Amino acid sequence: MSARFEGIGLVSHDVVVVGGGLSGLVAAIRLAQAGRDVAVFATGHGGLPLAPAVIDVLGYGEGRVTAPGRELPRFLAARPDHPLARIDPGALAAACAWFLELAAPLGYQGTVERNLFLPTAVGALRPTAMVPETMAAGDLAQGGSVLIVGIHGYRDFYPQLLAANLAAAPSPFGSRIDARGVEVVLPGNAGSLRPQLLARRLEQPQVRADLASSIRSELAHEERVGLPAVLGLEHAREVWSDLQDAVGRPLFEIPTVPPSVPGVRLQALLTRSLRRLGGRLVTGAAVVGGEGVGGRLASVRVASSAREVEVRADHFVLATGGVATGGIVVERGGGAREVVLGLPTTAVGLQRDPSSGYFSPRAGDRLGLAVDRLLRPVDRQGQPVYANLHAAGAILEGAVPWREKSGNGISLATGYAAATAILGGSQ
Amino acid sequence: MSLEPTAEFEVRSSLDHCVKCTVCESACPVAGVTELFPGPKTVGPQAERFRAGAHSPDLSVDLCSGCGVCSRVCPHGVRIAEINSRARAELKREHGVPLRDQILARPGLMGRAARPLAPVFNWALGNSTVRWLGEHTLGVHHLAPVPRVAARPFSSWARRHRPLRSDRHVIYFHGCSTEHFEPALGKQVVRILEHNGFSVLIPKQDCCGLPLQSNGLFEPSRRYLTRLGRQLSVVDGEGLPVIASSTSCGLMLKREGLEILGLRDRRLVGVSERTYDIFEFLAELREREELVTDFRQLRLTVAYHAPCQQQNQLIGKPALDLLAEVPGLRLVEMEQLCCGIAGTYGIKREKYDIAMEVGKPLFADIADCAPDLVACDSETCRWQIAKATGLPVVHPLEVLYRAYGGI
Repeated sequence: MSARFEGIGLVSHDVVVVGGGLSGLVAAIRLAQAGRDVAVFATGHGGLPLAPAVIDVLGYGEGRVTAPGRELPRFLAARPDHPLARIDPGALAAACAWFLELAAPLGYQGTVERNLFLPTAVGALRPTAMVPETMAAGDLAQGGSVLIVGIHGYRDFYPQLLAANLAAAPSPFGSRIDARGVEVVLPGNAGSLRPQLLARRLEQPQVRADLASSIRSELAHEERVGLPAVLGLEHAREVWSDLQDAVGRPLFEIPTVPPSVPGVRLQALLTRSLRRLGGRLVTGAAVVGGEGVGGRLASVRVASSAREVEVRADHFVLATGGVATGGIVVERGGGAREVVLGLPTTAVGLQRDPSSGYFSPRAGDRLGLAVDRLLRPVDRQGQPVYANLHAAGAILEGAVPWREKSGNGISLATGYAAATAILGGSQ
Repeated sequence: MSLEPTAEFEVRSSLDHCVKCTVCESACPVAGVTELFPGPKTVGPQAERFRAGAHSPDLSVDLCSGCGVCSRVCPHGVRIAEINSRARAELKREHGVPLRDQILARPGLMGRAARPLAPVFNWALGNSTVRWLGEHTLGVHHLAPVPRVAARPFSSWARRHRPLRSDRHVIYFHGCSTEHFEPALGKQVVRILEHNGFSVLIPKQDCCGLPLQSNGLFEPSRRYLTRLGRQLSVVDGEGLPVIASSTSCGLMLKREGLEILGLRDRRLVGVSERTYDIFEFLAELREREELVTDFRQLRLTVAYHAPCQQQNQLIGKPALDLLAEVPGLRLVEMEQLCCGIAGTYGIKREKYDIAMEVGKPLFADIADCAPDLVACDSETCRWQIAKATGLPVVHPLEVLYRAYGGI
């Protein structure tokens, strides 16, 4: 009988990141920049292709926030378990500066010192800190007069509704917003258009020239022009600046309902950056468990197509998201479970309070992992569960991102800070 | 009676996890280039709700190329591509399968039939009149990439090959393409495994049934795959790793046969659990520090494209890690997902333009890279890329073979 080759199903890296959303990719890129051999395992794409790709830091505290940098110390002092309160006070600013450099190919701009107020797909004003160049002219903090242009056949954008809501919206400084909505027809367009197809089509110079001339013929006294965020996929800045020149007014993209073209652009930029730094990204492979040895996480188990593979690393980042994305599962009866490693979550009591409104605070809003200053998940005694496991993003306890408008800011800052912790503290 | 859920139930019930988030739509290579295909969410989890015991609501699922990107990117584990594959089979059962697809779905039969006339056959495939006729009678696009039939099949070399004497054995699953179209690849696989101390067993084997499956012919596909499971189990030493060099056929063995076709055959399940992609296997040797690394310098720029079915194995890109060790080699990872061909999809007259449009960004990136060679793990993708770029396209294993000095 011949000797058998026993498959051991083993791979190893310096750092393994679990989760491919914004926080996971940020941590991975920063570690790869520092020369670490990094692999990201993700069950699927994170929220990036769905979301507007703007970086909110703090939109609402005690009311609408115009200067998050100024408001944050007070906001966090009242919330010591908030993710941004856990990390080094300088980490947020460092992460933002780092992000602006990384995302320079998409012309990201902005600062935590001042929120921009961008129209949403339904014409509300969204306070946000950093935005791609293609959206920046949509800042209506000081009011203004805008023409909102829809494209016939692209069915998920309603220019008249958007304009009517904008005109009715209280602008943060009391200035008036004058808005009008129109729909133009792109030549050769029959049937329904999906955002990505539209984005690709607008990469052809003739198509955008046609669009520009339709917009010009609709334009009256308006100072600015807003369009759905479908202005190009790979060459968005070129499409946007061409259109703006041809229309002759400042022009901006308005984030749409999913799928989000700006989100796809940002995701492509981040994954490309990771790859070019030698990082690995395995999409579709769920991490299903892990093995701890002597207070450290030694390996995780990854479900490949035929069997589970043991992946070892010196450090791990858990960035699987919160309840909404399946990093934490709420169970019948109100318990909650962290799905990959069974880490302890915030105590709950998730029973629905029938008297509360849809957006009113309720138990479980801040559900997540409790962590120490190095973002390591801790047990009930406050001790790190594993010395080399860090958590980042929506899985952390203490924030209510949908009410605070703080989601991407938390993901960026904690992803960055988790990498800092692994690199030994230096920013 | 077993209470284990059937594969059909598992695939279908996964649609209940769909929250309509559109992540799949944002990543689908086909939906990104044509309005004719309403996208994976629509033809998958949406339309599936109308299919229970009834006709498919429309025919657009036939435009799904089966690349599997949607299932890979879905954050909620919905088996979108698998739902589509089953729906397509139902559609074909109802509306019939054209003669062309019946032929394309049987590469083994095609190879065997063409071999005695290989020179004539190969000439004909290069002849524009014949190709024009092929398009107008059969529906095979006249510009679509088609392989040349080798004068001698891989198995005739394998039969004469004297295996290395070693106490470490592996089984080689070479697939139809190596057998009939690219026998040189099979020899390189055997040489490399032998160079690393393995005795390579090559049982007689037939098609895995993947082209039948992707063309909606599930019944014959099940027969082929079950037979292959038997063929790969017969050699002495059950429990030996099965090494696949055709990445799509390897995935068929690993998962698709069990999941899409719903097979539960005991021998097939056994083979499935032991199947390795060739680079996955070599990477594991490297991890154990058992890989022979007497590489010589290769002054080459190679553009590496990991094809969809390789990515669907969920093993990362081990070829990148391994080839990174070859001195002098400049390996550039391509970032586009799909070349468009998707097995037999892009060969068909009505789908050729879509397939070329899907592949366009990849072809452009390859041109920008200006490589000496392109490397890609899947045969039909190699033919597509070679045809579209005019560059030589090889299996990454051939690059490794050269690094070993052609052994």
